[in-house]
Amino acid sequence: MKTFSLIIVCAMLASCAPSSPSNSGVYMLIDTSGTYREEMLKAEQIIRYSLSRLDAADSFAVARIDTGSFSEKDIVAKITFDDRPSTVNRQKRVFVDQINAFVEDTRSSPYTDITGGLLQAVEFLNEKGPAAKTVLIFSDLKEDLEEGYIRDIDIDLSGFDVIALNVTKLRSDNVDPREYLARLEQWQTKVEKSGGHWQVINDLDGLEGLL
Amino acid sequence: MSFLLSITPSPVLSALLWIVLIVTVLFFARPTAHALILATGRSLYKIFRTASLAVAKAQTSLAERNREVLLAAGREAKERIVEREFHRINETVRKDLANYSALHRNLSESIKRIEDDHQEAVDVPPDPPGWVKAVEAVAAIDLKDSRVGVGSVLSDIHKSLVKAHKEAMVAYHEASRVRHTLLRKMRPEWREIQQTLDNVGKNVGSLLSRSSTIDRHMQEYEDIVKGEDRAVSVLSSSSLVYFFVSALVLVVAVGGAMINFSLIARPMAEMVGGTSLLGGFKTADIAALVIILVEISMGLFLMESLRITRLFPVIGALPDKTRVRMIWITFTMLFLLASVEAGLAFMREVLLHDELATSALLRGDNATAITNNYMWITTAAQMGMGFILPFALTFVAIPLETFVHSLRTIVGLIAMGMLQVTSILLRLLGSGFRYLSVLVAQLYDLPLFIPLWWAARDSSETSRESNQLHKVVS
Repeated sequence: MKTFSLIIVCAMLASCAPSSPSNSGVYMLIDTSGTYREEMLKAEQIIRYSLSRLDAADSFAVARIDTGSFSEKDIVAKITFDDRPSTVNRQKRVFVDQINAFVEDTRSSPYTDITGGLLQAVEFLNEKGPAAKTVLIFSDLKEDLEEGYIRDIDIDLSGFDVIALNVTKLRSDNVDPREYLARLEQWQTKVEKSGGHWQVINDLDGLEGLL
Repeated sequence: MSFLLSITPSPVLSALLWIVLIVTVLFFARPTAHALILATGRSLYKIFRTASLAVAKAQTSLAERNREVLLAAGREAKERIVEREFHRINETVRKDLANYSALHRNLSESIKRIEDDHQEAVDVPPDPPGWVKAVEAVAAIDLKDSRVGVGSVLSDIHKSLVKAHKEAMVAYHEASRVRHTLLRKMRPEWREIQQTLDNVGKNVGSLLSRSSTIDRHMQEYEDIVKGEDRAVSVLSSSSLVYFFVSALVLVVAVGGAMINFSLIARPMAEMVGGTSLLGGFKTADIAALVIILVEISMGLFLMESLRITRLFPVIGALPDKTRVRMIWITFTMLFLLASVEAGLAFMREVLLHDELATSALLRGDNATAITNNYMWITTAAQMGMGFILPFALTFVAIPLETFVHSLRTIVGLIAMGMLQVTSILLRLLGSGFRYLSVLVAQLYDLPLFIPLWWAARDSSETSRESNQLHKVVS
């Protein structure tokens, strides 16, 4: 009888133990430099899709890539969804409004600091501590740093999925496609060396696998 | 292996040597080996046979126990039926025959009234007027011999007679009218008496039919008490039928509970959160399940309090006052839970609309475009289901009781079947080992056929010689 009581108590304690998190965190970097400003509507489409995939207790942030992206000021909108479904819906609607405002008002930046944005993303997601961490980079992946900015830093990307979206070909890429391929390879190497998982999605009609 | 074949330069010779050696060893060890093989076979046979007997004994005792359980359950069921029949008879007697004295008085009064009316309605012939004889005498006087004034006297008498006749006829008509009135008054009395007697006849007939039903049940009850095989067989087949029917109803009830669950699980996330987990399951799902289980429990208690089921003897044995209180308490709780469910069902619909609107917004559709004027029908239907299903689940108690009771019999029958199969298998295994030992002994002799043939030949020669010696000696 004592053994039985002990088993029951153990089972109850085990059932009350906090379970491991199953939420996900997504940080989206949007390139606002140069001609990429024209692609904002596509970025909005991806944000809406991401919002539809996220649920209660998930975290989502959207940040711009500009001259110096390693800054909280570059975060356009961020949210950690509530437990209650009705609140989640309300939060999503507010988020969409913020993104709409951003898309309408954003200005083109002269430089492109992707690494700084990635650093900011890692910091944000590590702070939130979700089970799955995803960084979406909406950019042509051509980094253009202002003089004096140091971005040759090791980033720990263990447990991160880094997904490059809509990596457009530049005019120079058309002249010499090796530049485009080299750019992709460089980022893949950089991410995988840091322990992350790299993926490229250029066809925005096939976002089903995303998140 | 190569080592075995290399004891001589020639492998064939080595093999032959080994064969001879092994056959020799086997031949000399033959009696012991045979004894060992046969003894092993016999031992295994006895072990399995003993085990089979033990299992068969267990099966017999289980069958006996099942029989007792079945008879006890049947006895209890019959007692309930007979008790109910007596209760009905009691109700009939109390309701219809308790006022027998009033009925008797009514009948007596009706009969008395009829008698009085009848007495009053007797047709009394009118008395003949006393002056008729005088009239006759006067009428006999001859006109010629008549004196002066006789004619006028006769005329007056005639007038008086006519007048008296008219009065008598009026009186007679009046009396007839009164008699007819009295007779008309008697008619409803007769009808009332007839109706009363019909009712009495119906009640007596109902009592008679109930008494014959009780007789039949009592006969079955006696069979059960005596433990007759026929009664056991009937009870057993009834249990099987009850088991399958109640299982079917329970499956339907489980379907209802699942629909109920889907109605309240989603909105429950609004109350307890949509992401928290408890033992690997969503807390919202567990909360919804708990609500449904509490409803089923309340339904069980309600049915017990109403004495429809008898799963908890403690509730059935409660004083009537406490039991009635319990009925009201459980019903109130059920009502509150049903109201909560209806509210949650409404909340579910609201959440669904909210989610659809958000999805449409995220897709870039016009959210306001998807409005349907008839959506209130589904909302009302969901609320209705949320309110009704808890009460419908209350009736789960009835098939559950039947299922639990018949399950004992079914489990007993299955266990008996398994024990019987085990017993047969053990017996077969025992016999198998016994014959296997004989077969192994024969197989042992197979490689020894040459020395055995030699030994048999030698022994036959020896016996022939000894026979001859015996003959010579004799």
